[in-house]
Amino acid sequence: MRKLSALGSALLLAGLLSAGAAGTENLVLLSTQLRPIEEAQKMRNVILEDFRGNVDYVTEQPAQLSVRIKAEQQGGTHTIDVVGALHGELQPLVSLDALVPLDDLGRIATARGVPDTLMTLGKFGTAHQLYIPWMQATYIMVANKEALPYLSGGADINALTYEQLALWASAVQEKTGKRLLGFPAGPQGLMHRFFEGFLYPSYTGGVVVPFRSEAAETMWTQFASLWKAVNPNSTSYNFMQEPLLSGDVWIAFDHIARVLDALRQKPDQFVAFPAPAGPKGRGYMPVLAGLAVVKGAPDPNGATALIDYLTRPETQIATARSVGFFPVVKADLPADLDLGIKLGAGAIEKTQTAKDALTALLPIGLGQHGGEFDKVFTDTFQLIVLRGQKPRAVLERQAETLRRLMTETGAPCWLPDPPSTGPCQVQ
Amino acid sequence: MNARVIPYLLIAPSLAFLAILFFVPLVQTVALAFQADGIWSTGNFTRMTGDLNFTDAVVNTFELVIIVVPLQLLLALAMAMMLQHLRGGRDIVLWIWSIPLGISDLAAGLVWLAILTDKGYLNTILVRLGVLSGPQSWLSYETPATLLAAIVVAELWRATAIVLVIVVAGVQLIPKEYGEAADVFGATPWQRFTRVTLPLLKPSIQTALILRTVLALEMFAIVLSIGGRNFPVLVSEAFNWQYTQQNFGVAAAYAVIVMGVSLAATLIYLWALRTPAAQR
Repeated sequence: MRKLSALGSALLLAGLLSAGAAGTENLVLLSTQLRPIEEAQKMRNVILEDFRGNVDYVTEQPAQLSVRIKAEQQGGTHTIDVVGALHGELQPLVSLDALVPLDDLGRIATARGVPDTLMTLGKFGTAHQLYIPWMQATYIMVANKEALPYLSGGADINALTYEQLALWASAVQEKTGKRLLGFPAGPQGLMHRFFEGFLYPSYTGGVVVPFRSEAAETMWTQFASLWKAVNPNSTSYNFMQEPLLSGDVWIAFDHIARVLDALRQKPDQFVAFPAPAGPKGRGYMPVLAGLAVVKGAPDPNGATALIDYLTRPETQIATARSVGFFPVVKADLPADLDLGIKLGAGAIEKTQTAKDALTALLPIGLGQHGGEFDKVFTDTFQLIVLRGQKPRAVLERQAETLRRLMTETGAPCWLPDPPSTGPCQVQ
Repeated sequence: MNARVIPYLLIAPSLAFLAILFFVPLVQTVALAFQADGIWSTGNFTRMTGDLNFTDAVVNTFELVIIVVPLQLLLALAMAMMLQHLRGGRDIVLWIWSIPLGISDLAAGLVWLAILTDKGYLNTILVRLGVLSGPQSWLSYETPATLLAAIVVAELWRATAIVLVIVVAGVQLIPKEYGEAADVFGATPWQRFTRVTLPLLKPSIQTALILRTVLALEMFAIVLSIGGRNFPVLVSEAFNWQYTQQNFGVAAAYAVIVMGVSLAATLIYLWALRTPAAQR
């Protein structure tokens, strides 16, 4: 099967390459983001509309991106000018030495108000700016206003702790008789990101290294007790906007893009706020996409012009408006902007500027094993929380799987785990 | 051209088609299942059996087959017998009964999901009738019994028709004389059914059972849409390992297990329902 699919992608690649060779003078922007057809069309017809030149907006599966760049490097036929991808997807291109330093554009981006933390990420630990932050998202909490009266007196909704969230949810359950806290733990849900980017960092200050630590044991015990107030249908929820809109859930955690419909349809009914904090801080996972120029790009000047265009405040607002990814630059949101988008943007800003914010990156360097890495966390969750097994024993067993996986991939630690020399290892 | 060669020439394209698109991937899958990092090993099977969902997947799959297939056979036999006694409108009844055959698994699953979900039709009706005070969950991990029942009902609704069609075809092939002879000797309708109709239906029942069992072992879309993660079966686990975890080796190991079980079931039916040589 693997061979067949490899053959398939090779054929596809050959097709694309020949199309490129036969092609036009257009700039090619290859992106792993905004792949769904509606979003891609918005990109082509709305966001890129005011750009001077002509751009071919081409999408690519994340796993294929580095394969394609490598193939172009080896074949010596360059068709791609600009690559748009997530931070973790651009990293392999750095090891291929495929990206052009963009220090001049970096200065422009800083002047436009891109926060230093994001600019630093774009350097990958080198002296040069290897990508320019493009657009961002993260995971937020959304609550129905009906749930607000049950929030205990001392709690500030924008600075919640996991303990306060648990108290809140159980107060709601006590008063209404229903479990109205919800998580996207369905088959297509992003629950694993909650563990990797929020719960683990908040309680243990890391993800892989402290996987089986005592802090992790405490964390799972507390999360299992919080789960008593969680709607049992959570294991079927993929997008929290649906149960939020139907009223099955009053308080939810999810990726901003997956609650945005609820915020847009009923902005008066919902509030959006940062995810809770634990003993080690307010762990949160920024989803950062960047733009990079490929070495050997057919039109390097056009490429920098395109990046400059896409990071202008007005283009960034148009992006937020049409595809729900949020500006990285300082952009004054216009008064007529969709209220739902404003709610989302507000929650993102409060998350980023929280005093106790603790950045946790998407896993980096796992390649094809990303799914198995996620499974370690969802399996641990299933065993401890849903099947009620003892956290210690489960953590020991899952730590073995995680160790093997990290050794196989050789991926070094990423934030918030401390930097490692070899593969990131469980302590 | 030689008349003895022509039949072989005519079936050659279909054979080639099957060989290329079925046999080659089959061999590749088996090879993939027994390889880890390019070395022959049973590592994929160890990982598969060590996974938390494996036992559940095996138990759930067999549970479904054992409940669904006999029920479908009984229902189909009963429906076929009733159909025999209709004077007019047989075709219309048969046609209505086979409507679910034309609906895709996934669509059928989604229809039943819409009925059984928390704010679905069933709960709405039960609340209106005053049976329930508020919505009741039927499909969550906290209600495994109703979840299983829901999948069984959906599968009965969707796939009984295929058994029915095969059985009806078989019943129509039985010559009337046998039944009339049994009547002459004073057989009761029940005796006529068990002593005459059933034995003569054996080849049709065999076909229906093989088809249904193999398809039930491969049940996927209905289970996925109604049960999601709460009800793992062998094929859904193969799917998850292939697409979510992207570990093709373990996915192939699941595929090999499904194939092995299907093959075993087929052989058992062929042997258990064989027609003795003397009766052929």
